[in-house]
Amino acid sequence: MEVVQIQRRLVDYTKSLFMEGFLDGQFLQLQQLQDESNPDFVVEVVSLFFDDSEKLLNELTIALDQPNVDFKKVDGHVHQLKGSSSSIGAQRVKNVCIAFRNFCEVQNIEGCLTCLQQVKQEYYLVKNKLETLFRLEQQIVASGGSIPMIEMGF
Amino acid sequence: MTTAKVLTALVSCITALMLVHIIPDLLSVKTRELFLKNKAAELDREMGLIRTQEEIGRHVRMLTHEIRSTLDRHTILRTTLVELGRTLSLEECALWMPTRTGLELQLSYTLRQQNPVGYTVPIHLPVINQVFSTNHAVKISPNCPVARLRPAGKYVTGEVVAVRVPLLHLSNFHINDWPELSTKRYALMVLMLPSDSARQWHVHELELVEVVADQVAVALSHAAILEESMRARNLLMEQNVALDLARREAETAIRARNDFLAVMNHEMRTPMHAIIALSSLLQETELTPEQRLMVETILKSSNLLATLINDVLDLSRLEDGSLKLDLGTFNLYAVFREVLKLIKPIASVKKLHVSLSLVPDLPEYAVGDEKRLMQTILNVVGNAVKFSKEGSISITAFVAKPESLRDSRAPEFLLVPSDNHFYLRVQVKDSGCGISPQDIPKLFTKFAQNQSTATRNPGGSGLGLAICKRFVNLMEGHIWIESEGLGKGCTAIFIVKLGIPEHMNHTKLPYMPKMPTNHRQTTFSGLKVLVMDENGVSRAVTKELLTHLGCDVATVGSGDECLQLVSHEHKVVFMDICVPGTDSQRITSRIHEKFAKRSERPLIVALTGNTDKLTKENCMRIGMDGLILKPVSLDKMRSVLSDLLEHRVLFEAL
Repeated sequence: MEVVQIQRRLVDYTKSLFMEGFLDGQFLQLQQLQDESNPDFVVEVVSLFFDDSEKLLNELTIALDQPNVDFKKVDGHVHQLKGSSSSIGAQRVKNVCIAFRNFCEVQNIEGCLTCLQQVKQEYYLVKNKLETLFRLEQQIVASGGSIPMIEMGF
Repeated sequence: MTTAKVLTALVSCITALMLVHIIPDLLSVKTRELFLKNKAAELDREMGLIRTQEEIGRHVRMLTHEIRSTLDRHTILRTTLVELGRTLSLEECALWMPTRTGLELQLSYTLRQQNPVGYTVPIHLPVINQVFSTNHAVKISPNCPVARLRPAGKYVTGEVVAVRVPLLHLSNFHINDWPELSTKRYALMVLMLPSDSARQWHVHELELVEVVADQVAVALSHAAILEESMRARNLLMEQNVALDLARREAETAIRARNDFLAVMNHEMRTPMHAIIALSSLLQETELTPEQRLMVETILKSSNLLATLINDVLDLSRLEDGSLKLDLGTFNLYAVFREVLKLIKPIASVKKLHVSLSLVPDLPEYAVGDEKRLMQTILNVVGNAVKFSKEGSISITAFVAKPESLRDSRAPEFLLVPSDNHFYLRVQVKDSGCGISPQDIPKLFTKFAQNQSTATRNPGGSGLGLAICKRFVNLMEGHIWIESEGLGKGCTAIFIVKLGIPEHMNHTKLPYMPKMPTNHRQTTFSGLKVLVMDENGVSRAVTKELLTHLGCDVATVGSGDECLQLVSHEHKVVFMDICVPGTDSQRITSRIHEKFAKRSERPLIVALTGNTDKLTKENCMRIGMDGLILKPVSLDKMRSVLSDLLEHRVLFEAL
């Protein structure tokens, strides 16, 4: 496929991620921070996010599996996840975390379990999407093109 | 002897008796024989007739077939005459067609003569009316004008029959209707039997003639329809060719015009720029008062000319639709502020009071062509200022709702509500000289200037409103002017469609856009800062953000590490405090302890996603110097740092 086509696909794909709410403006901020002195910033931060989140999700699963759930601990993990996801602009993950924290506050185990399910789902979805995005970027770079800037005008 | 006589007498008697019986029988036999013979002869005759009829019927079928097999009028008529002549063994057969005027019948076709001379006969002869009034074949006198085909006196023809042939038009064929035979034009077919035979017109022959006449009518109408459609098609083809030519000419003209414009664009602007630039430079030099006046006039005039050139070029691009809007997200409030700033000097010189009011629910940011929207507002406001000698100008902007248009004078304009667009309505009211109602339609036409205003205000090019109208139309809007009359001021109103920017950030876009202030630092090269954040991802992002701004960033992941690392070299400590378990109060107070002198102490700024007042109050209480809401954009961080370093405190509005 021609470089121009991949670039267009990348732009369309990125736009769709914003339209569907997977990513918000914070992600654009990250892209803005990436430059020649730090060319892989976004990928690095997102990888960090992936590692962090998988660990947190594991912890959460274990914590909620206990007979006596330590809600403070759960809240702490969710808070971390919320912070990470909001830092990279993973909007949907962050939104589920907000709901999750509410359930922790009222110590609603059912709600928490549902939210855990949801947050895992959203996380895997956004992970998938971001990996696709990075793959497209790699394709473009490999073909000698440059990553197009996304303009959020209409 | 007597026995012989007696016997003879006996035989005679018997014979006589017998004869009395036999003779009537004989006679009856004879008569029957005669009768049967007659009958046979009659039947023979009838057979002959039937056979003839059948033949004639066959001829008719053949004739019909012949006629219908062609769509050429002449062939149809020729064939009819020929076949009829043959079938019925006619002496002469002729067809009279009505002339264009409809007042005469013209001899069009005959059997014997190849090119009949154009005999004409008036159509309203009684005999003709008689024939036309019925659909039967009518016997007419051989002496009537239509039957006299050769110079009179030469031939005496046999019996003559005439029949009408209806000429059907396109309009007679209604859909799903049989053609009505009421308002008709008829042709006349005249058939003449040979004079030398004692033949007479038989009924079946007349019937044949009537049938043929009908068939001919149908065939003729088909042919007429075909002729019509051929003519229409030819006409269309001609029109197509003409249109094509016109289109090509237009395209050539447009291309020529565009080429011209492209050249003139550059050619005209270059000297213009030179004049303006050099005049401005000249202004900066030492000049005598007269010289200064002259230079100012030169500058003003050339600016005017430059504007005119731009307007003309813009307008021609607008006219042929090649102008596209430059869409982008921009600050709507800033546009109005800018217009106000530009117009205030002129207005204050004229002692006009200008007021701007923007409704609260007007979105701060919009998507559209900022430059051209500003141009439009500026033009409208500029006109208001230009045409007002005293009083006030009021500019109001609000979001137009469909109901609000009901009473205005723009009934054709439709507001189409949608989720990501809104309609901006701007009203500029002035207390100037007003416009009389009959002049209002001319306002938006190019170069058409109001006579009275032209003399008073020679500065207008007459293009401004025309361009505004084009821009407004491009923005799917409407612009119009209302005025009570001369001397009563006027109100210019326009509505344009702008997009609502997608909810990109939870924070607003940079809230201090373009106003350059000298004391803002845009890069903070080498500014040493410390970032404390337990969340690895968030820490990495904040670090990169600050590094991008030129800071020298150190990061720690816990409060204790922070206390260990912090030194007087750090100018700012960013502390992420929405992480529960971080004893931000403890850390803050320890930092305060560590650096007794205020000048040495780094500024402590909280980074939090909590938007409640309590958090802010807490931060202030425990001795933090600032609070920033997460997520932080690059621009925001830049301006926040500037503010912080300048004022030594910054608590972002929650």
